[in-house]
Amino acid sequence: MNAREQARGAPKHSPTVETLFRGVSLAAALLVLATLGAIIAMLVAGAWPVIEKFGFFRFLTSAEWNPVTETFGALTPIYGTLVTSAIAILIGLPVSFGIALFVTELCPVWLKRPVSTAIELLAAIPSIIYGMWGLFVFAPFFSENIQPLLTDTLGQLPVIGALFEGPPIGVSIFTAGIILAIMIIPFISSVMRDVFETVPRELRESAYGLGCTTWEVMWKVVLPVTRAGVVGAIMLGLGRALGETMAVTFVIGNSHELNIGLFWPGNSIASTIANEFTEADSEIHAASLIALGLVLFLITFIVLSLARLMLVRMAKTYGGKS
Amino acid sequence: MTDNGDKTVEAKRADAPVATQDESARQSSGTTNLPAEREGPKPKLDIRNLDFYYGKHQALKNINLKIPEKQVMAFIGPSGCGKSTLLRTFNRIYSLYPNQRAEGEIWMDGQNILGKDVDVNLLRARVGMVFQKPAPFPMSVFDNVAFGIRLYERLPKADMEERVEQALRRAALWDEVKDMLHKSGAALSGGQQQRLCIARAIAVKPEVILLDEPTSALDPISTARIEELVMELSEDYTIVIVTHNMQQAARISDRTAFMYLGEIIEEGETDQIFTAPREEKTQAYITGRFG
Repeated sequence: MNAREQARGAPKHSPTVETLFRGVSLAAALLVLATLGAIIAMLVAGAWPVIEKFGFFRFLTSAEWNPVTETFGALTPIYGTLVTSAIAILIGLPVSFGIALFVTELCPVWLKRPVSTAIELLAAIPSIIYGMWGLFVFAPFFSENIQPLLTDTLGQLPVIGALFEGPPIGVSIFTAGIILAIMIIPFISSVMRDVFETVPRELRESAYGLGCTTWEVMWKVVLPVTRAGVVGAIMLGLGRALGETMAVTFVIGNSHELNIGLFWPGNSIASTIANEFTEADSEIHAASLIALGLVLFLITFIVLSLARLMLVRMAKTYGGKS
Repeated sequence: MTDNGDKTVEAKRADAPVATQDESARQSSGTTNLPAEREGPKPKLDIRNLDFYYGKHQALKNINLKIPEKQVMAFIGPSGCGKSTLLRTFNRIYSLYPNQRAEGEIWMDGQNILGKDVDVNLLRARVGMVFQKPAPFPMSVFDNVAFGIRLYERLPKADMEERVEQALRRAALWDEVKDMLHKSGAALSGGQQQRLCIARAIAVKPEVILLDEPTSALDPISTARIEELVMELSEDYTIVIVTHNMQQAARISDRTAFMYLGEIIEEGETDQIFTAPREEKTQAYITGRFG
C-alpha cells in the first residue's frame, strides 16, 4: 500500500475481483491450448491405423488411392493442395499488392471508399458461391479461351511446358488455383492496405522529399517498414487457400490420378475429405481421410513456421525492429 | 562576396551556442552583413503572389518574398500562421495530398517550380527537406545516406563510401557513427537521427535545404549542435528554416520573415526584425505579448 492510498483510507481495490479476473483470463488462454491439444490427439489417434498399416512415410509418397483394394496414398491430394495454393499466391499476391498500393497511394479521394467497400464485400461472399461461379461460368470460359492460348505459348517451352497441358474440360488444378486466387485477394489486399496506412507520415514524406517516385517509396521504404504485417497478410491468404474446401471441390475435378500437368483434374486434401467422408465405409478408408487431415495440419504448421523464420531473417538484414 | 559570407559564418559560429551572447552576435553579424545587403544578394527563390488552399480554406494569402542564395532564412510566427505551409510549397511536398493546392509563382533559377511541366522528383532532388520528427529509413546508417544517392547515380562501391562519409562529416555525425555504419538508423539517439536525416538530404547535393522545426523534438544539446550545423551549411546551401523558437531564429538566421494568419507581416534582416521591427504586430510577437 502506498502513501497515497493510506491517506485516502481503506484500499479501494477488491482482491477477490482481481483474483477472479486473473482466473478467467487464464482459463480462456488454457482453453485454446486444450483445444489445440485435443485436435492433435484426435487426428493422431484417428490416423493411427494408417500409420500402422502403410507407415507414415509411405502414406505421404504413394499416389495410389483405391478404396476397393484398400490401398491409400496421399501424394495426389498433397500435390493438389500445394500447387493450387501456390498458384493462388502467385496470382493473388501481385494483384493484392497492386490494390493496396492503389488505395493507399494513388487513389483519388472519391474512389477510395467504393474500392475499399468492394474489396470487403468480396471477402464476405460465401465460398460455395465462388465454387458455383467457377464451375458454371469460369471453367467453360477458361477451357475455351485461355487454356488453348496457354498451351500454344507456355506449353511449347521446354521443361515447364509439361505443366501447361491437359484435356480441355475446364475443371482442373489450374482452375482451382485461379478461383482460390480470387478468393484470397480481398483478405490479402485489405490487410496490406491497413498495414500500409500505419506507416508514419514523416517517413513517407521524407522519402518523397528525396525525390522518390511512388514506386520507390513503396518498394524501398513502405514495404520494409511493414514487412511483418505484409507477411502476416500473405499467411492469412495462404492459410485460407490451403484449407479452402467447397470452392475447390467444385472446380478441381476430384480425380485421384496424379498428373503434373496443371490442366488435368486433380484433388486437394480438403476436397478429398469433403467428397469421401460420408462414403468411407471401411475403417482404413476413414482413417486415411483423418490422416489426410493430419497432413494438412502439418503443412499449415510448417508454412507458419517458415513465415516466422523469414521474419527473423528479415529483421537481421534490415537491422531494425520488426 | 564569398569572402564576406565566410566571415559571417565564422562570427555566428563563435557566438551561436550561447544564448546570452545574442546581442553581440547580432551586432557583429549585422555589420558584416551590411555590404551584402547593399549589393542585393541574388535571390534563390522568388515567390510571387502565392496563395495556398487546404480544400476551401485559404492558408496563405498573396505571399511575395525573395529568399537570398546561400543564406539562412527563418520563418517565425504563432502556430497555424502558415509558415510550414509556405515551406512545403518549395519542394511541392504538399502535392502528395489531393485537397491541397497552391496558386501563384515560385521562381528558382529562371524556372517557375509550380509550373505544370516541372519534374517534381528532380525538383525534390534540388530542394531537400528535413522534418520535425527525425525519420530514418528502416535500414542501416550507411544505407540511409546512400539511399538518396542511389536514386540518381550509379556509383562504384569506393565512390559511394566516399560520398556517404562526406555527407556524414558534413552533418557532423561521422565521428559518432563511423564504427556503426551497418547498424540500424533507428538505433541512434534522437539528435543523431536528425543529423542523419540532414546527412541524407545533403548527400544528394541539393541547392536548397528546407528545415521544418528540425529541433522541436530534441534536447538542448542536440539542438545546439544542429544550429551550429545549419550555420555551417549556409556556406554552400540556401537554407530555409521554420521555427517556433524565436531565440533560435535570432541566433542562426540572416533574414527573418514574421508570418501571421497566412500573411507575411514583415520580412527583413534578422537583426532589424528583432531589434527594430517596423510593424506593431511583429513587435508584439517578439516581445511575447501574443503567440
